[in-house]
Amino acid sequence: MIKLEHMSKSYGSYPAVIDVSFEVLKGEIVGFLGPNGAGKTTTMRVLTGFTPPTEGTATVAGYDIVSHSLDARRHIGYLPETVPLYLDMSVRDYLTYMGKIRGMNNKWIQERLPRVIDMVRLGEYRDTLVGKLSKGYRQRTGIAQAILHEPDVLIMDEPTIGIDPIQVVETRELISELGAEHTLLLSSHILPEVSMICRRVLVIHDGRIVADDRPNALSEKLQHAERIELGVRNAEQREVINLLRDLSIVIDARTDQRAAVQQRAQQEGRIALLVDAKPNSKASEVIASSIIDRGWGLTNLTPLPMTLEEIFLELTTEEELGS
Amino acid sequence: MSNVSIIALKEIRTYFASPMAYVVAAAFLAITGFFFVASVSDAFSEASIRGFLAGAIFFMIFMAPALTMRLLAEEQKLGTLELLLTSPLREVEIVFGKFLASFTMVLIMAAVSLYFVLVLFIYGVPDIGPILTGYLGLMLYAGAALSVGLFASALSPNQIVGLVVGAGILTTLTIIDFISNRLSGIAAEVLNGFQLGASFSVFDLDSFGVAESGHFADFARGIISVPDISYYLSLTVVFLFLTVVVLEIRRWR
Repeated sequence: MIKLEHMSKSYGSYPAVIDVSFEVLKGEIVGFLGPNGAGKTTTMRVLTGFTPPTEGTATVAGYDIVSHSLDARRHIGYLPETVPLYLDMSVRDYLTYMGKIRGMNNKWIQERLPRVIDMVRLGEYRDTLVGKLSKGYRQRTGIAQAILHEPDVLIMDEPTIGIDPIQVVETRELISELGAEHTLLLSSHILPEVSMICRRVLVIHDGRIVADDRPNALSEKLQHAERIELGVRNAEQREVINLLRDLSIVIDARTDQRAAVQQRAQQEGRIALLVDAKPNSKASEVIASSIIDRGWGLTNLTPLPMTLEEIFLELTTEEELGS
Repeated sequence: MSNVSIIALKEIRTYFASPMAYVVAAAFLAITGFFFVASVSDAFSEASIRGFLAGAIFFMIFMAPALTMRLLAEEQKLGTLELLLTSPLREVEIVFGKFLASFTMVLIMAAVSLYFVLVLFIYGVPDIGPILTGYLGLMLYAGAALSVGLFASALSPNQIVGLVVGAGILTTLTIIDFISNRLSGIAAEVLNGFQLGASFSVFDLDSFGVAESGHFADFARGIISVPDISYYLSLTVVFLFLTVVVLEIRRWR
């Protein structure tokens, strides 16, 4: 549904996006992840036909976004980062207008509008002026205009930015529901959000795609270190740490600094540690046997999956080191 | 419904939903009314709309940009321009729809101003010819002024910038004879060719319409001339085209 081939976009001499290629298939929900200024918005603006690429091509629903721009745009629903609303129109008038400029006829709008208003739960505000809505409801109005004309492709730029936490949860649920019906490309700089909603993540950094995978696979593939949570009883903390550091498979061992973990560990009379070990080294087994050999009590040993945040940090810092 | 009419209707509704249109219309009728009254209250005054036209032409310098300043500046400020430009709409349709909306507002005001004509017919025996050509000229002039205003509105997200730039361009075209009078030969003729209305002769009602310079003079006299019509139409087309160009450039930034 979406296809980018060697797309580059420069503003003057500043390259915002460099040689990006990816494809999003029908029905996929793809998260577009990157820090602020990485090129997410620029890529989305190219895809929606707002701005033409400097090099390369972009295709949406089989139409080239430059040479068949109007055809391509007909298949896109777009929610820009700053939700574009006419503040002096009511929700219903605004949505009707948006429907019309997307080429919907009156009958279609009359059938579709109540359904969309229900879907985004704007029912009681349908006759309220958009300017009087709270930020979360404005966001919903923005989402409503994006899905109104039943587009094949839905592109949302930072859909949960700047709204309060409760509404963030509701908005995420809504987006997940939309993913069932649409091909969805969604940008975010919040990692748990992307892993929650999306089955595929594209990581963009400094205008380049640095990773493209499932959220889980991404963590597996990029685990440069295996992190293990460890609890030991009847032992001196320093002795345990020294022992662990002497093991060849261990990169680093240290006290678990998290307050809650520490408190519980003290109550239960054990030492809580975090160990970073080399990947694929059967670290858990080695650590477990060496602790037991010393006659200490092993209370718990849990390998921790790396969070997307850490992977993300790793990816992007690595990129910086490389360049 | 065509895209142009969808946009035009939306903008006309917005005009009537805000106090702006009413304020502008009231000011238009007050100022043109003042000029009209001044022109017909002498003992042996002529039963014509020259006074009204003089006032309308003068006030249009501010009224046209005031009507158009919101049209494209606000879309940029609210970010809705991004929505319009990613919808299946052509820039030309957006620009022309907005132009038509502002032109409709001027048409409505001109229609209301017909009561000046009614007054003339009640109390005098006016010549219908110059009235018709006067209104025709006024509409052509308004079209040109509105397209200049729309162009100015596209330049920045700030409405005031649109107002000042629009009025500035129109004022420059109006007082261009200040410069051309000091020149001679081809340069003076070329500059004279760009004279928008009837210069500051609007303040001298006796000579208004008899003024040599300005494309409005003949319309006020009851003459329809092709160069004058094509001047106003070209100005309209050129500035609408420039507005489209400005929107296209917006895409690249």
